[in-house]
Amino acid sequence: MTTTAQDQNQRIRSVLVPADQRPAPAGAISASLTYGWRALLKIKHIPEQLFDVTVFPIMMTVMFTYIFGGAIAGSVDGYVQWLIPGIFVQTMIMITMYTGLTLNRDISKGVFDRFRSLPTWRPAQLVGALLGDQIRYVLAGTIILGVGFVMGFRPEGGMAGVLMAFVLLLLFSFSLSWVWTVISLLVRTEQAAMGISMFIMMPLTFASNIFVDPETMPSWLQGAVEVNPVSVVVTAIRELMAGVGQFSSVTLVLVYCAVLVGVFGPLSMYFYNRKS
Amino acid sequence: MTVPAIETRGLVKRFGNTAAVDGIDLQIAQGGIYGVLGPNGAGKTTAIRMLATLLRPDAGEARVLGHDVFTEPKAIREKIALTGQFASLDEDLTGIENLMLLGRLLGYNSREAKVRGMTLLDAFGLTDAAGRQVKKYSGGMRRRLDIAGSLIVTPQLMFLDEPTTGIDPRSRNQVWDIIRTLVEGGTTILLTTQHLEEADQLADRIAVIDTGKVIAEGTPGQLKAQVGTGALKVRVAEATRREEAAEILGRTLLAEVIRESDPAALTVRLEDESRAASALIALQDSAIAVETFALGQPSLDEVFLALTGHKTVHEAPDGETADAQEEAA
Repeated sequence: MTTTAQDQNQRIRSVLVPADQRPAPAGAISASLTYGWRALLKIKHIPEQLFDVTVFPIMMTVMFTYIFGGAIAGSVDGYVQWLIPGIFVQTMIMITMYTGLTLNRDISKGVFDRFRSLPTWRPAQLVGALLGDQIRYVLAGTIILGVGFVMGFRPEGGMAGVLMAFVLLLLFSFSLSWVWTVISLLVRTEQAAMGISMFIMMPLTFASNIFVDPETMPSWLQGAVEVNPVSVVVTAIRELMAGVGQFSSVTLVLVYCAVLVGVFGPLSMYFYNRKS
Repeated sequence: MTVPAIETRGLVKRFGNTAAVDGIDLQIAQGGIYGVLGPNGAGKTTAIRMLATLLRPDAGEARVLGHDVFTEPKAIREKIALTGQFASLDEDLTGIENLMLLGRLLGYNSREAKVRGMTLLDAFGLTDAAGRQVKKYSGGMRRRLDIAGSLIVTPQLMFLDEPTTGIDPRSRNQVWDIIRTLVEGGTTILLTTQHLEEADQLADRIAVIDTGKVIAEGTPGQLKAQVGTGALKVRVAEATRREEAAEILGRTLLAEVIRESDPAALTVRLEDESRAASALIALQDSAIAVETFALGQPSLDEVFLALTGHKTVHEAPDGETADAQEEAA
């Protein structure tokens, strides 16, 4: 053994913490925030992961407004007021899908084994990841609304209405993320997670009131569109942005959020704990 | 006395139709290093994952530091640390960020976690790499950081899953030194390895695992007594004197001498390595110049052959077994 090796061993021995001096493990909230901090650090180190929340929203907003605007409403100007809140919702919930995809990639790495062997509240690992994603959602939402404003979107509800709508949508996005979390825990590959998520996402966003008034749809479809959580959210957001927020619409969104978290949160944890 | 570090009875884990762990009984006392030796796919990682409360056993009992893995996983997690086979680190984050993350989760505040992290990095000779992303670390650095991460608070029991797989010999020796230091500090270590040499160097007791079962258990000395110490390899300076040397070795060691294809080389299967010295002296007395005189450990293959009567089956690594399980689920 060389002298330096002995030195090193000496140093290592000196940094061991006796069992009675260890702090109590972080509580549920503190642990969740710490995992959220990890998500932020990842954004700092891999900023290109923000591509989907920056370029994608611009593309969606511009494309849908100019392609469908004329055809659906006769003029783009008239359509913008109606469409932007819808695009706002659609883009945000499409971005929530990436939460599941990232998680699928993340969990397969060795570091999750270590996280799961720590004496902290286990859901914190997932809650923290979803909290970190809120930053991404805020960024994406701001970009969509900014582009919308440039394109002529002038919400009647003013800043207050837009902010309330924003907060409501963030809450819904967080709740919906748990659905993708479950899927990402159930399937083996990222591609499979993507496929299944798209399969759910497409009807959810298109069979809604985002692009067209459901009045123009066949009656059997109208029924489905009305209970579609996306429609419920879009309605509440439109009302808030237009300055005519309805207590009942907002409550309904909150109920959907509670149901999503209540069902898919525990399911996520069930599958997460059994993931090997 | 204190409770055992690990106690299992009939521990079973199945993935689909295959039992990765097929009824393992272990009794591991606190203190010292316990080695679990076996080839890829023997069930080492699966067993560790069950004991570290990452995987729920399908049958059997297991207690870690006196706590039941089924009913008291949290109590176990408070006392253990796990260093996985593939570095249990976030490769996108820097060294200090990894340690701060673990420190905060273990209850330090942000500032304390940073101080603790820097102290550990310093002790492990990683201060210069503190701000570098872990993906840019060498294999040896990763291992050291990984172990540092397990020491944020000193665990009572530490699982080290193949700690030296994939790192160079110099880093391996460093890791061995670190492991020995930790044991002196009072931590019990459960280590898995594919190399008899590693188990022999470090472990106080060894369990040999094959296809999910413990096929032998004991001190390194006891196991070696079952297997034979290994092989003595001799290369004489002049090939013409090989026959003479073979005769001397056979007589002194009372063992079969194998003549290698190299005309100057001989191999002797040894039962008792303490006789090797007398063989060297006997060669010297006959004035036979020796170029190489090396006492080799039996390889894992030889151990397996001796213990099971069959060669090691190189199955899929444990990671792939886990995939098979997902497929079945």
